[in-house]
Amino acid sequence: MDDLDFDVHAGEVHCLLGENGSGKSTLVKIICGVERPEPGGEIVIEGRPEPYLTAARAAAHGIQVIYQDLSLFPNLTVAENIAADLMAHGGLLVDRQGMRVAAEAAMARIGIALDLDRKVGDLPIAQRQLVAICRALAANGRLLIMDEPTASLTRHEVDALLNLVHQLKSEGVSIIFVTHRLDEVLQVAERVTVLRDGRRLGTLEKGQIEKSVLSELMTGRQFHYAAPRADFSSLDPVLTVSHLSRAGEYEDIGFDLRPGEVLAITGLLGSGRTEVALSLFGMTKPDSGQIAVNGRPVRFRSNRDAIAEGIAYVPEDRLSMGLVLPQPIASNVILTVLDWLRNWTGLFKTAERDALVARWIGHLSIKAPDVGAPVRTLSGGNQQRLVLAKWLARGPRVLILDSPTVGVDISAKDGIYRIVADMLAEGVAVILISDEIAEALHHSHRVLVMRQGRIVSAHVSAETGEHELSEIVHA
Amino acid sequence: MIGRPGFPAGPGRGGFGLNTGLLAVLLGLIVLFSLLAGSDFLSLRTVSAFAFQLPELGILSLAMMVAMLSGGLNLSVIALANLCALTMGSLLTVLPAGESGLPWLAAVVASVAAGFVVAAIVGLVTGYIIAYIGVSPILATLGMMTLLSGISVGMTRGNIVSGFPDAIVFFGNGTVVGIPVPLLIFIACVVPVAILLTRSPFGLSVTMIGSNQRATHYSGVDTRRALVKLYVLSSLLACLAGFVMMARFNSANASYGESYLLVTVLACVLGGADPYGGFARTSGLVLALVILQVISSAFNLLGFNPFFAIAIWGLILIATTALRAVAGGNLRLIDWRLFR
Amino acid sequence: MPSRLMPRSHEAWLLVVVLLLCILLSILSPAFLTFRNAQDLITTNAFTAILAAGLLVVLVSGGIDISFTATATVAQYLAFTVANAYDVGWLGIVAIVSGVGISLGLLNAVLIQILRIPSIIATLATLNVYYGLLIFVTRGDYIYALPQWFNSGIELFAFRDGDGNYFSLNLQILATVLVFAATWLILRYMRLGRQITAFGGNREAARRLGLPILKLQCFVYGWMGFCAGIASLVQAQLAQSIAPTVLVGRELDVLAAVVLGGASLMGGVGTVLGTILGLALVAILQNGLILAGFSSYWSGFATGLVIVVAVCATAYRTNRAEALVK
Repeated sequence: MDDLDFDVHAGEVHCLLGENGSGKSTLVKIICGVERPEPGGEIVIEGRPEPYLTAARAAAHGIQVIYQDLSLFPNLTVAENIAADLMAHGGLLVDRQGMRVAAEAAMARIGIALDLDRKVGDLPIAQRQLVAICRALAANGRLLIMDEPTASLTRHEVDALLNLVHQLKSEGVSIIFVTHRLDEVLQVAERVTVLRDGRRLGTLEKGQIEKSVLSELMTGRQFHYAAPRADFSSLDPVLTVSHLSRAGEYEDIGFDLRPGEVLAITGLLGSGRTEVALSLFGMTKPDSGQIAVNGRPVRFRSNRDAIAEGIAYVPEDRLSMGLVLPQPIASNVILTVLDWLRNWTGLFKTAERDALVARWIGHLSIKAPDVGAPVRTLSGGNQQRLVLAKWLARGPRVLILDSPTVGVDISAKDGIYRIVADMLAEGVAVILISDEIAEALHHSHRVLVMRQGRIVSAHVSAETGEHELSEIVHA
Repeated sequence: MIGRPGFPAGPGRGGFGLNTGLLAVLLGLIVLFSLLAGSDFLSLRTVSAFAFQLPELGILSLAMMVAMLSGGLNLSVIALANLCALTMGSLLTVLPAGESGLPWLAAVVASVAAGFVVAAIVGLVTGYIIAYIGVSPILATLGMMTLLSGISVGMTRGNIVSGFPDAIVFFGNGTVVGIPVPLLIFIACVVPVAILLTRSPFGLSVTMIGSNQRATHYSGVDTRRALVKLYVLSSLLACLAGFVMMARFNSANASYGESYLLVTVLACVLGGADPYGGFARTSGLVLALVILQVISSAFNLLGFNPFFAIAIWGLILIATTALRAVAGGNLRLIDWRLFR
Repeated sequence: MPSRLMPRSHEAWLLVVVLLLCILLSILSPAFLTFRNAQDLITTNAFTAILAAGLLVVLVSGGIDISFTATATVAQYLAFTVANAYDVGWLGIVAIVSGVGISLGLLNAVLIQILRIPSIIATLATLNVYYGLLIFVTRGDYIYALPQWFNSGIELFAFRDGDGNYFSLNLQILATVLVFAATWLILRYMRLGRQITAFGGNREAARRLGLPILKLQCFVYGWMGFCAGIASLVQAQLAQSIAPTVLVGRELDVLAAVVLGGASLMGGVGTVLGTILGLALVAILQNGLILAGFSSYWSGFATGLVIVVAVCATAYRTNRAEALVK
């Protein structure tokens, strides 16, 4: 971070926008006192200058952070989490009654009433977020920093959160809203500061905030999305799903998928889209219905059966479920094809293994000094490409991408879709699961909308508008 | 044979650096003790005693290490070694003494095989509890440890079973071209296990499970099956250690070697195994075992109380762990694994 | 859907099992449900119980300690070496065992928090160091003669019942009750205890909240050390001699009891009630089997079976609960 100016007015919602590595998190850490700026910098709070803040001083000034992971104690009650300040400071004994009062007061401020004695670990994620916000308020937060607060929320929950942000603002609370989602910026921001490479590219006032301007500022490039148009009806389907049902998850799901085609499945969180994908990947068993690969009915007892039929699944949580971060890059690449690399003694076919690793690392232009280095030493974008590489190594017929660009910045997104385009050209069929309407529409040939476990409508992407689709999803 | 799955180790990532560190410690100790104890230290007698003592602890540590690689522990190794030794021993002692010939030999072999069958069954049960029921390995093997030693004590009422055929005793006390048989057995375990762990899909699966079982499962690896196989392997190694102990002492008992349990963990960690899984090296383990044994042999020779050696082991463990953290720039503020 | 009558929490399950066991044993043996037997049960298990209270706090904080048996050995050896030379009295001897225990515990905390050695490795190392050095210095000699005032112990509210059975509130019972009461107060009502629980639940969040982590760690391992010191005193009084080699090796029995009581090795979870029930289950089982006429040689088997079944049942229930939430 270099020579950066940033200011927040009282009672303002100020968005901080930037790609991974743009300096957002460093700025946040300095504001909340976790890190210190180099000498020469200055932080002015309500007119009084300070060279740097400590965590305690930042808290004393009413600066509170709502971390992306929420930073709650899952084994403590709602009351204890909200009134955590009374646990951190005070007398010898814990003031339970005081905690309850403080927690109730904080919840009343935002108009909610959660069970004070419930363990936070038992709450759904959206309610946990409310607990985190209440904690910041209970600690007399006057400047709340929200770090990617919408990452794991459904659309409805996001709307509720954005309303809450407006409400807090009207009470005079200032909010720094850190995000990489442009549509949220458009909804809440009064001012937007865009960061890139540790520098401020500009601060836009309310009237100047426009999507294309922001996107260009963030990446330095302009992206044009256009839905691909193609007719696949002459090809035989590679995957046919008919009347697939699983109690409590999804019901009567049916569709065809042809080589080279992208089928998007969209819908709110909990609409059953991920659950269908998990059954197609053999992780769960459907109660009834049929899955056919190349016209041949199949039955998956585990994900290994699905993989054997050429189905690959890239989970949403790629960094914890898609990769083994502490282990070598090479080991991660070959993990999906271990059965091909075993010779008659049960040991590795060494030459084939090394050739395979070299091929995929090269093919995806993953910049790695050493394939023996742990995956966590790679940059974020390279890690994302590696998740795809390990499935490409398997040569899948059907690739299921679950929210492939969640938590990914714009240029890494572009990289992912370029790889997907190459695969399509080779005849791989793709199922794209996404709750971002624009993404589902612009990168697919057809879109299915799911609601409450059922497919409610099907669209040809090139003939459908974003607004039209959004209406159906949120109906 | 050394390092992760046949790929070159990255700079500062341990493989080479770690073993050099252990090697340096070992050489330093040998020089130090040679100066202190004179020529006695490197005499044939010392080295030979050394070579008879190392294998028991070595094989047990190997059984512990394979479990640690997968992110677990196998606290039942010693209880199982004793149960297997008692199984073999009880069968062997009912054989008529002083006989020979093919039927007799077959009976001896069958008795020994029975021990390994017991180990395989115990390994399957332990592996099933861990992999399919989802009990944490520490708890599962802690329970199995109590259960197995309970069976041993119950069966023998705490008594010693002894008096085995010479053919058996040979495996604990004999030599082949001057090399002690237990050492040969140890080498015959270490080399295949090292190859299995570093050069086979099974070894890679276990390593990956040790770091992130979920991601490994999503990649299409049958993680549960791999874990069951792993605990069977660990149990068979424990049984082999039991066999060597039985042969060396010419007796078996429910409580032999109980104090070895935490020493095996210590040897693994000293040898570079990560107690949270994903990293363990047989080469490091062997070096660590030699270091531990050199210290106790030398202290024995110098007339120190053997328990002083135990204290030194502990100090070396603290020193190497702290140094490794500093050298690897690994002074972690947070232990991320606690958030799983 | 689980029935309304089914116990929900781990503690409730344990309570049901312990009660059933008690009912069964009182039918099988008239000697089981007597004052005398209850007193014996607590007295003989006091050492494990006091250590379990200390270990509970460590597990709740998200750490582990296996050095406490060595700590206990060092504490009792030093204390009685001093007590045999000088007239220190009860207060003095309690001060020595606590002081030694707390110091050794603090050393663990320093290794864990300042040198950042994982707790399992650090305490495995110090187990060897404390124990090895003690035996090296003492050559493993027993102390057979303890001061007379100590050997006679403490007996409060002593009385004899109609059958001539002798009862009293002895040192073992007194110490166990006090240590458990203190642990309960700390974990439940003291701000420190809640901080420890929070720290065990989410370390990063505790750090961001600005909890005094070094202080917490020092307290946790110091308390474990203190419990080890008190436990060593209680054990010495029962054994009427000091044998430096008998305590080390019992670490895992204590761990088993605490885990049976529902404490999680992942930290943040564990209660005093659960720990008491876990201890009770093992103790009553062993005691009951003997009273019911089973050979004592099989008690280890029974304990092992109970542990295996309990951990399997817990894992099964947890996995099912997770599946339901999904």
